Amino acid sequence: MFRQFCYLLLAAMVIGCAAQPDKSQSERPEKAPAAVRPATTPLAAQSFYPSTYKVPSTPPTLIRHATILTGTGTRLDGADVLIVDGKIQSVGPGLQAPPNSKIVEGEGLWVTPGIIDVHSHLGDYPSPAVEANSDGNEATAPSTANVWSEHSVWPQDPGFRTALAGGITTLQILPGSANLFGGRSVVLKNVPSVTYQGMKFPGAPQGLKMACGENPKRVYGAEKHEFPSTRMGNVAGYRAQWSEAREYLRDLEDYQQKLAAGGKDAKDAKPPKRDLRLDTLASALKGDILIHMHCYRADEMATVLDMSKEFGYHVAAFHHAVEAYKISNLLAEQGVCAAMWADWWGFKMEAYDGIPENIAFVDAAPGGCAIVHSDSEEGIQRLNQEAAKAIAYGARAGLNIPPERAVRWLTANPAKVLGILDRTGTLEPGKMADVVVWNRNPFSVYALANLVFIDGVVRYDRRNPGVAPESDFLIGQPAAPGADR
Amino acid sequence: MRTLLTVLAGLALASGLQAAAAPAVLIHDATLHTLSSAGTLEHADLLIQDGKIAEIGHGIRAPAGAEVIDAAGRPVTPGLFGGLGRLGIEEIGIEPTVDDYSLKLGAMRPEFDVTPAFNPDSIVLGVGRLGGVTFVMLAPSAEAGGKGASGTIIAGQGSIARLNGAVIPTAHTLFIDVGGDASALSGGSRAAQLMLLQQAFTEVRSPKAFLQGDIRVLTPGGRQALQTYMDGGAPIVFDVDRASDIRQVIAFAQREKLRVVIKGGAEAWRVGPELAAARIPVVLNPLDDLPLSFDAVGATLENAARLNKAGVKIAFSLDDPEPHNIRKVRQAAGIAVAHGLPSDVALAALTRNPAEIFGVGATNGSLERGRPADLVLWSGDPLEVSTLADRVFIQGQAQVMRSRQTELRDRYLQKLRANAAR
Repeated sequence: MFRQFCYLLLAAMVIGCAAQPDKSQSERPEKAPAAVRPATTPLAAQSFYPSTYKVPSTPPTLIRHATILTGTGTRLDGADVLIVDGKIQSVGPGLQAPPNSKIVEGEGLWVTPGIIDVHSHLGDYPSPAVEANSDGNEATAPSTANVWSEHSVWPQDPGFRTALAGGITTLQILPGSANLFGGRSVVLKNVPSVTYQGMKFPGAPQGLKMACGENPKRVYGAEKHEFPSTRMGNVAGYRAQWSEAREYLRDLEDYQQKLAAGGKDAKDAKPPKRDLRLDTLASALKGDILIHMHCYRADEMATVLDMSKEFGYHVAAFHHAVEAYKISNLLAEQGVCAAMWADWWGFKMEAYDGIPENIAFVDAAPGGCAIVHSDSEEGIQRLNQEAAKAIAYGARAGLNIPPERAVRWLTANPAKVLGILDRTGTLEPGKMADVVVWNRNPFSVYALANLVFIDGVVRYDRRNPGVAPESDFLIGQPAAPGADR
Repeated sequence: MRTLLTVLAGLALASGLQAAAAPAVLIHDATLHTLSSAGTLEHADLLIQDGKIAEIGHGIRAPAGAEVIDAAGRPVTPGLFGGLGRLGIEEIGIEPTVDDYSLKLGAMRPEFDVTPAFNPDSIVLGVGRLGGVTFVMLAPSAEAGGKGASGTIIAGQGSIARLNGAVIPTAHTLFIDVGGDASALSGGSRAAQLMLLQQAFTEVRSPKAFLQGDIRVLTPGGRQALQTYMDGGAPIVFDVDRASDIRQVIAFAQREKLRVVIKGGAEAWRVGPELAAARIPVVLNPLDDLPLSFDAVGATLENAARLNKAGVKIAFSLDDPEPHNIRKVRQAAGIAVAHGLPSDVALAALTRNPAEIFGVGATNGSLERGRPADLVLWSGDPLEVSTLADRVFIQGQAQVMRSRQTELRDRYLQKLRANAAR
């Protein structure tokens, strides 16, 4: 029953990227006449496999007289949130509901932005965790930057629904960490759908999953006697790939320049042979794909930061980062977030120095960016409680963190590293109405989500379980807990 | 001989037998969750003298020289049970030189006992203590062997260990794994699991029924070890999730007159009345709510509440047998409460119930006069995630509230502060 453990052993997860509307050029056919060649070329793959998610239309909703944590660092008591056309219309005291509005009486309740998990494998390592469903780690070569986690996502994973009950409105599905380059991630809205495209967060950039440390060297070195078998081998492996990607990108840019120049140059111009692996790496170097790096030890994170300078890219976040507390100032100075567990440690050598103050320390560094992540179908159901533990341990170390600050670890900061902070992650006018109404202060073991809105639509209602449909897998199963309902 | 005596003295020290030298401690104005017939006492006092709970009540006077702790209403509970797992027998995961929890000799060896591997100096103990955990059950794991020899469905024996480093020799327990995840340990079918166990127990009952040359599943040592568990002797833990498998185990236990404990029990709520009638307790993880396997299609956050309603005695243990985060079992108990379990039952499932199930009810699991002081003073509601342990006593001894984690914390807190002030 402890599948989480297996993830860590073979931590390669799926990285998928959603379509980026501003890059929606179609791929150029190899032999097309120059005149119809798109001006920008091969790296436009993100526009394929597009999101088909549509926001159903709903009447306006007014949540009133609640305690609101906006995600911007502000707490409002006895205030309201007005949702119109799936967006946050306004936040503040004494708002007027338009006609036909649904009213949610928020007396005694707390409201937060929807919770965002930057590190999930739901759908790729679904329940039931049978071998036939194990689709999260393409552990057949140390660089599989060509794979996309979205192509493994099984939308019927019952874990999406249990995560929704925990207030999860958006989640990043990453490839596992067996490989140096695990592949592309995808950002999903936690809505029921028969296809993953129906869950894809419109316009969210894809990510690239990379992994430090024990996993790649164990999977290839210790288990297969292949490269890499050491941490220095890991770094040599990344560098070789990045150099190749730089050349690929240069060839592409040369080609594009020739096209742009027109005339004979354009006529003779030939693009480099398309390579799906290098497409991903080159897009990451350009900043179109955001880099998520599984890394435990402080010294390895520092090495990776140096490497990012050598090849000219930015690490969006270190994931797991159990030793982030040792370099919290360095991370803050370089503008790199750390996505962490509250208290998990010791399950392998590189997790031996984990401490439950890790999140609070990262948060305390001036400019620090802390994120609470799950990497677990259990943990994703209660990231609010993980944050509560981090607050408690922080307080014992003399770091006092109010709820309005801590909630950013679950909302604004994850939205930032996923490149979607302009659309969700806080309760600000114009943003997607991804909102959770809690039965009490969410930083409690007794906290439960009463209502979860995604784009203004109630997707979970604790008093009406039918609102969130059961997975296809669980219907018609005599043993299922809901079978007697 | 001299060496032996030195060793014995060292062991006595490690087990806290020196408690008599400690000064008395009066915990004043606490909310005492006694987990005894006295229930919960508000604004009450508890006096620890000579390592024992000398008095519980109101208006207790501190003896001369006693340390007085003003609890200011904070709760005191018995020390918590950290579940079934690998404390002191797995320092870190995936490192064979410090992982001693499974035997893979390819043969059924119930005589395998993990307790000699227990390391009282493991840093993991200190982390658990600071989480308010004072006792655990050391449990071996039944594991397939990968490329080498495999384990079998009989994982072996364990016992209760205290987080002061003492192993309790009288609390031995046998661990057996059945169900779909153990099929690889029983020739590919779960149907063979009780068949093999049946043969093992028959070998013990009628050793002569097997003539020389027959294929026996047990060694003479194995037969001797299993004897301890016959006729309602020591408890046997069956790790099992599926309702139909639990029913098979209940029937087997009744046939063989065994004292059985169900571990896991994702679908145990579907068998509640039968378990209650057979007086079989369930050690469950309240966090199990997903069909992680086909044996757990019925997993639900209401498992604990439904079993309690059916009259089944429950205790809590996380699924993960790794010892590092056993403190999380308290959070799991709180989640059971959020899903319908009365909070006094949740507290019992962390203290009194496991102590009784595993035979240490006389020393652990409740606050009663004359017992060794094994208790925790909490900063707030003991089931709340924002609560931490303020003081911990194990078998009469006040524990130093430090661990390798607090050492690391303090070292890097200094750096953080120096930098922030820059």
